[in-house]
Amino acid sequence: MRLRSLMTKGWAISLVCMVLLSGCLSEKEPATTTSGSNTQAATEASGETIKVGILHSLSGTMAISEVSVKDAELLAIEEINAAGGVLGKQIEPILEDGASDWPTFAEKAGKLLQQNKVAAVFGGWTSASRKAMLPVFEQNNGLLFYPVQYEGLESSPNIFYTGATTNQQIVPSVTWLLENRGKKMFLLGSDYVFPRTANKIIKAQLEAEGGQLVGEEYTPLGHTDYSTVITKIKEAKPDIVYNTLNGDSNVAFFKQLKDAGITSKDLTTLSVSVAEEEIRGIGADILEGHLAAWNYYQTTDTPENKTFVEKYKAKYGSNRVTADPIEAGYTAVYLWKAAVEKAGSTDVDKVKEAAKGIEFAAPEGKVTVDGDNQHIYKTVRIGEVGADGQFKELWNSGEPVKPDPYLKSYPWAAGLGE
Amino acid sequence: MIMNWMKLIPGSRTRRIVWAVLILLLCMAPLFMTPFRLGLFTKFIALAILAVGLDLIWGYGGILSLGHGVFFGLGAYAIAMYLKLEASGSSIPDFMSWSGINALPFFWEPFRYFPVAFLLGILIPAALALILGYFTFRNRIVGVYFTILTQALVMIVVTLFVGKQEWTGGTNGLTGYRDIFGFAFQDSGTKIALYFITLAALIIAYLLCRYIVNSRAGQVLEASRDGENRVRFLGYDPSRFKTFAFTVSGALAGLSGMLFVLQVGIISPSMMGIVPSIEMVLWVALGGRGTLIGAIIGAVVLNAAKTGISEAYPEGWLLVLGGLFVAVVVLMPSGLTGLWNRIVRIFYRQGGSEHAVIRKEG
Amino acid sequence: MEMLILQTFNGLSVSSILLLIALGLAVTFGLMNVINMAHGELIMIGAYSAYVTQNLFASYLPKSWYEGYFFAALAASFLIAALMGCLLETILIRHLYGRPLDSLLATWGVGMMLQQVARFIFGAPNVAVTSPSWLNGGLAITSTLVLPYKRLFIMALVALVLTAMYLYIYKSASGRRMRAVMQNREMAGCLGISTRHVDSLTFAIGSGIAGIAGCALTLLGPIGPSIGTYYIVDAFMVVVLGGVGKLIGTVAGALGIGIFNTLFETYTSASIGKVLVFACIVAFLQWKPRGLVALRTRSLD
Repeated sequence: MRLRSLMTKGWAISLVCMVLLSGCLSEKEPATTTSGSNTQAATEASGETIKVGILHSLSGTMAISEVSVKDAELLAIEEINAAGGVLGKQIEPILEDGASDWPTFAEKAGKLLQQNKVAAVFGGWTSASRKAMLPVFEQNNGLLFYPVQYEGLESSPNIFYTGATTNQQIVPSVTWLLENRGKKMFLLGSDYVFPRTANKIIKAQLEAEGGQLVGEEYTPLGHTDYSTVITKIKEAKPDIVYNTLNGDSNVAFFKQLKDAGITSKDLTTLSVSVAEEEIRGIGADILEGHLAAWNYYQTTDTPENKTFVEKYKAKYGSNRVTADPIEAGYTAVYLWKAAVEKAGSTDVDKVKEAAKGIEFAAPEGKVTVDGDNQHIYKTVRIGEVGADGQFKELWNSGEPVKPDPYLKSYPWAAGLGE
Repeated sequence: MIMNWMKLIPGSRTRRIVWAVLILLLCMAPLFMTPFRLGLFTKFIALAILAVGLDLIWGYGGILSLGHGVFFGLGAYAIAMYLKLEASGSSIPDFMSWSGINALPFFWEPFRYFPVAFLLGILIPAALALILGYFTFRNRIVGVYFTILTQALVMIVVTLFVGKQEWTGGTNGLTGYRDIFGFAFQDSGTKIALYFITLAALIIAYLLCRYIVNSRAGQVLEASRDGENRVRFLGYDPSRFKTFAFTVSGALAGLSGMLFVLQVGIISPSMMGIVPSIEMVLWVALGGRGTLIGAIIGAVVLNAAKTGISEAYPEGWLLVLGGLFVAVVVLMPSGLTGLWNRIVRIFYRQGGSEHAVIRKEG
Repeated sequence: MEMLILQTFNGLSVSSILLLIALGLAVTFGLMNVINMAHGELIMIGAYSAYVTQNLFASYLPKSWYEGYFFAALAASFLIAALMGCLLETILIRHLYGRPLDSLLATWGVGMMLQQVARFIFGAPNVAVTSPSWLNGGLAITSTLVLPYKRLFIMALVALVLTAMYLYIYKSASGRRMRAVMQNREMAGCLGISTRHVDSLTFAIGSGIAGIAGCALTLLGPIGPSIGTYYIVDAFMVVVLGGVGKLIGTVAGALGIGIFNTLFETYTSASIGKVLVFACIVAFLQWKPRGLVALRTRSLD
């Protein structure tokens, strides 16, 4: 009997310890236990350093893409610190792992804002991760810099979008394809929100600009057998395959497309999620001649890009490559720095106000923050993969394009957003 | 008054006192935790409800389900649909208009009302578990065949939820709601209230499972774990008891999912997938299957460890956590509860046989 | 008509890939009853072995040899994965015989660790393996009907592995010992068979076959730290559907899933096709609770 009761007591004691342990965990954090309002999470940094959060998937299926963006952001922070920091203070990056899981992104965003009181967070890749973080940033009045091209139809007052929205990537590329490569289009995408929304826009555009839709296929995320899809493409006989597949699926699709005897000479494909990094994982021999639409390539000819590529390779190895989202992550840090310096403070509202119209000579060329929707003006570029795995630019928009996330300036897009 | 209240707690007097102290301490948790940590702790407690249900069928019924993510997700989606409709006001939820539908699908209508959404959040997972359990156990699908079957269920449901973006929000899941009954989730008051609601739900779930386990039905369940055919020869139909336990387990998973959504503010198909479903089993295994309290401790400790380790080592936490799993399984075959019992035994040099704590596999 | 031939071929091809990833599991799980959740990571190890072999060939051997790297890669993948498996068995699995569900949890932890280790060694982004040029292109039957050499090669490889496994398990002395231990461990031990040795060897062989699968899959799919997660569920489905413990069942399971998957996908979409296949598996197990080919036994639990 004594044994039994001791066992029970033991349980209770360990549970108590657990509760206390969680208590101890919380004691290490700034004492805000009693404060009811969390609206000023990202307040003035009072210490020696300014804390910023870096929140990407460092594990899980999205790590293949996101780790490099994290690297670029850390590089920018290191450069800024070496040059004296921001407002005379060093930037202290706090790394968190979103683990390719959207609720984890929300949890870690909350942790960065409420526990660490970071001035800004750089992070996210998938639309789902951004959507998961959005309410957290709005509720805590935090600041998120999101570095990847996305499907548009969003404009949160707490997010700066440094990747392209649809009118800076998809819409101009479809117009270019219809003018140069043919009218019959096959839409292929992974089964999630970005491809489905993007394809909805493309379909409206095809109708308005005289294109013809000959097929539309979605495959589950992580799908690795494209034999049936390729058969369907062969049956449909399109001029162009517009590819919105994600990550690993691209590897399987392009390898199997080549094996099926279809090369870039037989069929034009244009991808929006295949950049230099992905080419390295697929093989340049397989992708040679295929097209992509982005705002930046490693080969983009600006003096800023030359130094950026040099520094990135010097820090992370000569076999690494830069790509559009990597550059957008790097640019994001500098845009935040410029806004903080203009505001003279890291207070979120002041930084947001100061960011309006800020310009920065980014590796992709001049970018400007649009005051209305917190996206940035970007130059559109269509490139062709060369034998060395680098892009050759076929066309660009000549000047930075004004971001229009809701496609308000396109009559055919009326009704898509709302 | 207190003594009367304490009679609700089963067991000896010492046991009652220990429990009362424990519950008191848990009630004081909001005093010494930041709102953020309290939120995390609430999440762990919500997940513990699922662990208790999982332990009921695995620890006592010997049925390993790698599909509890589905039941969890169905409950979570039910309440998330209610919250989403509330947040959208008179218009349809935002993801529907992106996906090209203009009218609310009919099956969303009932979720406008909280009591209905709440009931459906328990009844839908329970019904799915009932149907699946009824056929599966009647057809005597056991052991690893059942486990793989539940994985197939996960694949089906997740692929459907991802594919039917216009109805479910696709991979994004349902998010973007801020308040319930006008209370913002962000307020400390709401957080503390949610904490107590979740804690109460856990205690109720625990007492319910305890009641089941100690009842005659529970004994048949345990017997069919150890020797299904013998139970059958005695004239019982094990499949009935298994189906019952599986249904209760599914309902508790649904409840857990609902409380999870209130705390985390998002549910997506990734939470229903294979990986979370396996993690749920790990909680129970780590705590010690076959003891309900072990499941609770396992869920809280393992989730706290996951959060803590990933915050401390964002780049290498998988190594640490993976190593922890391996170590636990090899060194502590019956989880934390088994470890504790072993320590007590060594302390008392009673050297009782291990058979009392190590349960037979299903 | 052409489409029909092509889709039949594709169905067989998908089946052969499924069989290749499931064969190793048919040994470790089917014969040894270890629920090896790290099976996907052994496939990943095979894929990275191919990547390393290719790089070694490219940098240290004469250019004319390069084309042959793939055979060396197949051997290297088998050996490295088998070694890994042997190590895993010796350190971990041997403590878990008779506790299949514990083996599930422990190997899950191992899988997590291996993924992270791969990320540390090779970096998080995918790497590329250039397939040898003699595997490029395909067998052109008509101008539009092309059967890719890579898929034909994988089919041949599967046939080869299967034959080798059959000969080993059912025709060799070592295989006989293996079957004896798997059927009745105590009795086999009493008859003087070193069960420890047989366990290690069997697990190593199963892991090695997973390595071969990983190497072959570099021809068609991605190579990255988390590719194992794409294959693990399918592999288990194949083994369980076929019936645990029977090689012929695994073959039947792979054929069933592969052909039905292609069929459904042709007439619906990839997502719906997948849902239908898994729904069929659930329904099928109701009808045949022990898989296609059930091991006959008179024992009651």
